[in-house]
Amino acid sequence: MSNSPITAVSNPPVQPVSADLGPRDLKRRSATLDLPPPERQLTEVAKLIDVSKCIGCKACQSACVEWNDTDPGVGENVGVYENPGDLNPNMFTLMRFSEWVNPETDDLEWLIRKDGCMHCEDPGCLKACPSPGAIVQYSNGIVDFIHENCIGCGYCIKGCPFNIPRLSKADHTVYKCTLCSDRVAVGQGPACAKACPTQAIVFGSKEDMKAHAEERIEDLKSRGYENAGLYDPAGVGGTHVMYVLHHADKPHIYSDLPDRPEISPVVETWKGAVKYVGLAAMGIMAAGAALHGLIAKPSTVKREDEEHAEALVEEAPKNGEGV
Amino acid sequence: MASSSDIQRGDAIHPGDPVIVSRYTTPKRINHWITATSLILLALSGLALFHPSLFFLTGLFGGGQNTRWIHPWIGVVLFVSFYIFFFQLWRANIPRKVDFVWAAHAKDFLAGNEDKLPELGKYNLGQKVVFWAMAALIVVSIVTGVIMWDQYFATATAIPTKRIAILIHSIAAVLMICVFIVHVYAAIWARGTLRAMTRGTVTGGWAWKHHRKWLRDLAGHGRIDPAE
Repeated sequence: MSNSPITAVSNPPVQPVSADLGPRDLKRRSATLDLPPPERQLTEVAKLIDVSKCIGCKACQSACVEWNDTDPGVGENVGVYENPGDLNPNMFTLMRFSEWVNPETDDLEWLIRKDGCMHCEDPGCLKACPSPGAIVQYSNGIVDFIHENCIGCGYCIKGCPFNIPRLSKADHTVYKCTLCSDRVAVGQGPACAKACPTQAIVFGSKEDMKAHAEERIEDLKSRGYENAGLYDPAGVGGTHVMYVLHHADKPHIYSDLPDRPEISPVVETWKGAVKYVGLAAMGIMAAGAALHGLIAKPSTVKREDEEHAEALVEEAPKNGEGV
Repeated sequence: MASSSDIQRGDAIHPGDPVIVSRYTTPKRINHWITATSLILLALSGLALFHPSLFFLTGLFGGGQNTRWIHPWIGVVLFVSFYIFFFQLWRANIPRKVDFVWAAHAKDFLAGNEDKLPELGKYNLGQKVVFWAMAALIVVSIVTGVIMWDQYFATATAIPTKRIAILIHSIAAVLMICVFIVHVYAAIWARGTLRAMTRGTVTGGWAWKHHRKWLRDLAGHGRIDPAE
């Protein structure tokens, strides 16, 4: 069963495996009104990132760059641990570091969160995208950008509740984490999970990952993190990248992870009411004009109007005289 | 002198049968058609990205990527050409008391009983509304358009600002297309109007029927070509 997810730690098979994730597995396709339902329901996958186990080594970033063959270039010191300073078209995942003083214990806590696409069940990027098939969602939950269909408008950047997609100035298309859809297609876990030395990043079916998270949360709670919990925000229908947070009651302390992410109501209005009301308004105007043209008499200039004008000109003072 | 401000450079009467009245000079007409062409291209390329069922319109511009980069540049052309046009015409488009008297009798206008209406200057209230609506909507569109122009201004504003800009941009575009439909239809419905923007002239009868005060002012101020 090549399409059933396996954990990232297992080694790949020795025999070549054909990719088992394709157009027939699409659950959603951007700007597509008549997408046929997927032919099969794949097991929903998820990546679980346990921030309490992360040591900030950035092996995940290196693995991501290597697997995706991107070139983030030589970094610049911007005075923080993040390197590069932000996500960019060549860096799909980024360790974000924040120093937080716990007001209850007065302890300094170094919070490290691996940022990147959350693979929302209800993806704002896909909703905003105007180009058919530039953003797709597979039935296993992976949200992927299909670069040959991307027109580089950047609407997805406005649609994303997590500020993830980045527009490339080189090829004018937008990049983000693919959840290693090409690896998942052959039964492998994402490169970042494979590389993680502490297994803070694990990958598997969403169900398994939730069960695994429960164990981790229980462990954290037993060690005094009473607000430990799973970050799988319902506002975007849940995500296929989840976090175990030791302070799940305040996600924002982890480098501004949104407390209650949702697709912005502004984006919903733009892609909802405005689209339909707008089309209707323009249609009604055009139809109304056409109908008026057919039914009503046009306004025509009569012979007598011309005669009036001639008489007026006859009586008028000639050039210069009247000024 | 409120009335004579309706007379613009190049407006003149040429006696004959019929009388011909110059309404738009060549530079004004060139400008009008640059604006019109830009607006149509903007509507087509914008609609392509507005609704999936219209995405095929990107084919007119050589695909999605081309549509994406060319749309804002056409917008710049529209903004410049319209605003040159704006400063050529704005004085004659200032709404006056008589316009509201006229508007109260709009029914008579549509029914063709223009004799019941007060005499008008170069523009009626409908034309003035189109003028000012376009002026406002084009400013709104260029401002919001620049905010969402990620190729050059991606880092200039924050994402929540861009979201609002894109919403306003789409609403302004819809309104502009509606105003455009009114404008084009009115020019066709009132026969004899189109030639004002092609040849630059209208007949004396047309001016008498629709803009009698303008015609009287031209005659009264001796703006009559003596050569004829």
